[in-house]
Amino acid sequence: MISQFFVLSQRGDNIVFRDYRGEIQKGSAEIFFRKVKFWKGEESEEAPPIFNLDGVNYIHVKVAGLLFVATTGINVSPSLVLELLQRIARVIKDYLGVLNEDSLRKNFVLVYELLDEVIDFGYPQTTSTELLKSYVFNEPLVIDAARLPALGPAAMFMQGAKKMPGTAVTKSVIAIEPGGRKREEIFVDVIEKISVTFSSSGYILTSEIDGTIQMKSYLTGNPEIRLALNEDLSIGRNGSSIYGYSSSTGGGMVILDDCNFHESVQLDSFEVDRKLTLIPSDGEFPVMNYRMTQEFKPPFRINALIQEAGALKAEVILKVRADFPSNITANTIMVQMPLPSYTTRVSFELEPGTVGNTTDFKEGTKRLEWGLKKIVGGSEHTLRAKLTFNQESHGNIMREAGPVNMTFTIPMYNASRLQVRYLEIAKKSKTYNPYRWVRYVTQANSYVARL
Amino acid sequence: MAPPPQFQRSSSPSPSQPSGKSEISDLKLQLRQLAGSRAPGADDAKRELFKKVISHMTVGVDVSSLFSEMVMCSATSDIVLKKMCYLYVGNYAKGNPDLALLTINFLQRDCRDEDPMIRGLALRSLCSLRVTNLVEYLVGPLGSGLKDPNAYVRTVAAMGVLKLYHISASACVDADFPSMLKRLMLNDPDSQVVANCLSSLQEIWSAEANTSEEAAREREALLSKPLVYHLLNRIKEFNEWAQCLILDLISNYIPSDNDEIFDIMNLLEDRLQHANGAVVLGTIKVFLHLTLSMADVHQQVYERIKAPLLTLMSSGSPEQSYAVLSHLHLLVMRAPVLFSSDYKHFYCQYSEPSYVKKLKLEMLTAIANESNTFEIVTELCEYAANVDVSIAREAIRAVGKIALQQFDVNAIVDRLLQFLEMEKDYVTAETLVLVKDLLRKYPQWSHDCIAVVGNISSKNVQEPKAKSALIWMLGEYSQDMPEAPYILENLVDNWDDEHSSEVRLHLLTAVMKCFFKRPPETQNALGAALAAGLADFRQDVHDRALFYYRLLQYDESTAERVVNPPKQAVSVFADTQSSELKDRIFDEFNSLSVIYQKPSYMFTGKEHRGLTDISEELGNLSVEAHPAAEALPAQIYEANDVDLLLSTSEKEEVRGPVNNSSAYRAPDYDSTTAALVSSQVPLEADLSIPGLPAYNPQVSSAIDDLLGLGLSVAPTPAPPPLALNPKAALDPGSFQRKWSQLAISSSQEFCIEPRAVVALATPQTLLRHMQGHHIQCIASGGQPPSFKFFFYAQRAGQPPSFFLVECLVNSSSARAQVKIKADDGAAAGDFSALFQAALSKFGE
Repeated sequence: MISQFFVLSQRGDNIVFRDYRGEIQKGSAEIFFRKVKFWKGEESEEAPPIFNLDGVNYIHVKVAGLLFVATTGINVSPSLVLELLQRIARVIKDYLGVLNEDSLRKNFVLVYELLDEVIDFGYPQTTSTELLKSYVFNEPLVIDAARLPALGPAAMFMQGAKKMPGTAVTKSVIAIEPGGRKREEIFVDVIEKISVTFSSSGYILTSEIDGTIQMKSYLTGNPEIRLALNEDLSIGRNGSSIYGYSSSTGGGMVILDDCNFHESVQLDSFEVDRKLTLIPSDGEFPVMNYRMTQEFKPPFRINALIQEAGALKAEVILKVRADFPSNITANTIMVQMPLPSYTTRVSFELEPGTVGNTTDFKEGTKRLEWGLKKIVGGSEHTLRAKLTFNQESHGNIMREAGPVNMTFTIPMYNASRLQVRYLEIAKKSKTYNPYRWVRYVTQANSYVARL
Repeated sequence: MAPPPQFQRSSSPSPSQPSGKSEISDLKLQLRQLAGSRAPGADDAKRELFKKVISHMTVGVDVSSLFSEMVMCSATSDIVLKKMCYLYVGNYAKGNPDLALLTINFLQRDCRDEDPMIRGLALRSLCSLRVTNLVEYLVGPLGSGLKDPNAYVRTVAAMGVLKLYHISASACVDADFPSMLKRLMLNDPDSQVVANCLSSLQEIWSAEANTSEEAAREREALLSKPLVYHLLNRIKEFNEWAQCLILDLISNYIPSDNDEIFDIMNLLEDRLQHANGAVVLGTIKVFLHLTLSMADVHQQVYERIKAPLLTLMSSGSPEQSYAVLSHLHLLVMRAPVLFSSDYKHFYCQYSEPSYVKKLKLEMLTAIANESNTFEIVTELCEYAANVDVSIAREAIRAVGKIALQQFDVNAIVDRLLQFLEMEKDYVTAETLVLVKDLLRKYPQWSHDCIAVVGNISSKNVQEPKAKSALIWMLGEYSQDMPEAPYILENLVDNWDDEHSSEVRLHLLTAVMKCFFKRPPETQNALGAALAAGLADFRQDVHDRALFYYRLLQYDESTAERVVNPPKQAVSVFADTQSSELKDRIFDEFNSLSVIYQKPSYMFTGKEHRGLTDISEELGNLSVEAHPAAEALPAQIYEANDVDLLLSTSEKEEVRGPVNNSSAYRAPDYDSTTAALVSSQVPLEADLSIPGLPAYNPQVSSAIDDLLGLGLSVAPTPAPPPLALNPKAALDPGSFQRKWSQLAISSSQEFCIEPRAVVALATPQTLLRHMQGHHIQCIASGGQPPSFKFFFYAQRAGQPPSFFLVECLVNSSSARAQVKIKADDGAAAGDFSALFQAALSKFGE
């Protein structure tokens, strides 16, 4: 049970404030913000999501640059409150189409309407976008999504990809389309975040995929939906928790370590035919979350080298090779590498004829940054950087720099090979044929190469 | 109800909002003009104005002066306007009780509206006014709300009762609302109504229980078998939040036997696959608490929950993974081995926030054992060079902690010494502190360490902790470090530059130590140090200097014995947290206690403590007695259990899909392993005598049958030498009389098992445990580490004869003192054996 709920902007302004129980003293939002902004301790630390100050527990999550906060004096379940906050953010996004400071300010009355029904006297009531529909009477003032920086993993589909309707992820569940009639469509996104750590010799130290099958339905009448996954999908590592890569190299079998499902998913036949049956409710929700440590082919190989080149000088060579088919293109790639703290100047040298690359040396953090707009599968890219120091290195320059970290997004690619084989929509009428979008995307979560 | 209102703007207008006041009077004027208007478009204009008012309210501007105008405008059929008006009224009613009266009329009217949504909304607003003198207007609408044909209105009303209780407890109880809620909870077809009734009743009975015995009983009844089964059987009808509520309730439920435990677990098994982390953690709490007394199954639960927890950790937001990691950390501390091969999951990822990384480092430290230390330390060493300095520091500390845990120390010492060669200030500082601790534990490494430490210039060490560590080593190992006296002398010369009293204290001691090892070289430095110390304005520095000075004056050899006594290696560093605390935290699984790593009493006021915090009730020995009725709650309901429970076929259905994925096997109840102690060998209680029959394991075959797993039937126990009456009853008065009349028939002292000490963190569990052996507790008390219990038992059969026990348990010395008095002195020996056997199984 919570006492208050509020949303603060990055500057600490109250955008929404709801006191459900009137137990916490005034000014809690300011007290909270001051504490978070100037979190004590060493070297500009980030405040933990949960802390206690003078007997008040402050629990917060950051979503879209906003702080969603709950306060309580009671020893509540932390995961319940965190989940609730996250869910409130999602419901608001479902209704407003876009979640940011601007859309919240424009629609705060609608948000209050939602909050009234989501929580009563501190107790969560319902967070189902679908059920809440009948209690919401304000119409959202949808803000122009095109001008906004994209948020959330699914937002990447908006960037440039011609195949997909750009408005999909920024459409409110209740706003009426300009054309008058609602468009019948359903989106199923397989979003995978991959974490790989390479040793200095290029050997894979750890690798993991955290995936989500996310659904967003705009179908009227809530028809039943069947999602068929890989037939040979296997879940659980037979009880053993060996973190090995031995068993799985050759075969095409996808082995998940574990997974969980949304409430609405019926798993009756899942054990037999790997089909998920569900009646999707409105709004965006994860159908299934999964985790995989089975060996997979990392999409990029990184080669990083730093060596001394005379007194007060060193050279860095970064090589990135795309190990995926050439019909696939990765975008928004960023390679970062911390340099020795006594680095004063860096000059870059790109391969002749490269376009869309940016290079930078961040003085403050002593970090080298190499940005690439896109990388086509199978290609290789190299960056050379000459460093100038203001003092002698301590002899072991390898220990003073790195590791190299890479971020990227690869649309229509998934590392786990988990597939949605088909998406079946049960509906009587023959003419009924809604748009179905099944989309894949892989993102780097932590993609690190050590020196 | 909302923003930090009442900014005292009336008395001191804020300079930052000069237009605030005129804007508000502007709004007032416009609202007035619109109030009576029926013109088309008037509602739209009102909406705009209302929005402005609410937006002022949100940012904290006091708009309460518009109260009457807002109420005037509220006569509308526009539901959006109504809602805004309700929100406004709810926010300011408390501060303006007189004006709030104005709203009663239209709210009451709306409570009778034909649209159920309006009825619900109005009722909710009415109950949210928080004005004491309006209570009389609430009772009527609430009463009809509870009986409303529409579920939404009943949902609101069920919560409204709780709101009323907070405004006026007596009005709520007098109107008999709690019993109406109870009826609704058991009969309402709508799951949210049931959930809200449960929430309200939990809060109301917990608050009332302090003053009313009836309320205390009602609160107990919330944990009764019929209700728990009623909720469990339909748990899937509830939404995820209500499921959490029910799971939390069930985690406090005490099943009467193992069959029940397995039934509940099989029923809840699939909740572990829920995408909502709160549901998963709630389920895990139930599993862990139910199986506390069954070691094997408890272990299986750990195996079962590992994968879901790891999935939650990596699939959720960083905030959620922080909460999950905190819980994993708690579990890892209890069962490190279980996670020892999963260590890679706790490697830090590049983009994680530092609060997640820090927890992961703690996990790695806790998991490290012989099989994985090398990999873990290698990984940690990578972080030591991390750009994130605070993580680098934590990583080094983690390496040190692992070294102190005695795994693969060789390799670790080398790594630590390599850190010193990195020549990064913070790395050196952290490492010095660790090297010092390592030397205290493993003096045999002194040569290797000293060689490296000797090369560090004290000028490069600035942090007080690190400097103190360096100085300590200089003093302690001055005979092996040729430069030691001169470095110390140099430090003494710069006494004034040193601002930390910690460093100064260490310096005094180090110079003393060095003096006894190398007198001629240190004499000057010692004199200077003592002089500086005596002149120091810091009391503790001054006192220590004076102490050393007088000690030297008194007798040099005594001084040497004081300063340089023969040292023993420290084998175990004091654990920062006692096991009692850890167990308290475990009891509060799935709460903030786990995040803060503190039991709730350390961070919440009494009024905020958990609703069903049983352990707190263990009060003073003389005050509290456990009436027999309370001691046997299960039996009271035995009679009406049958019809509430699922029929057998339904049970099978529920369990069907579950069984193939994981079956909870009943533990092989091996009677021979139970330690049974003969009373003839006092003080050797931990000596187990195999072959003697264990007491009371007849449940095992029933479990096997019920689960249908065809497990081998446990060996049939031989008839126990002494049978006790499971329903013995004795009132405190008679107990006291008997105790004073009878002589002690048996008195002994013996050791208790460490696991029993652990379990004692909540003494309540001992009472429950002994009850399982038909030994009832009549009174208990005490604070950690010493507890006192009075038990009694009655021999089954004729003639009935009582045994009375006084049991003193000291959890820090792990000893128990037992005095037994018996009606029939001859049977005291047998009973004593039984009692000890029962006690020895506690915590299993």
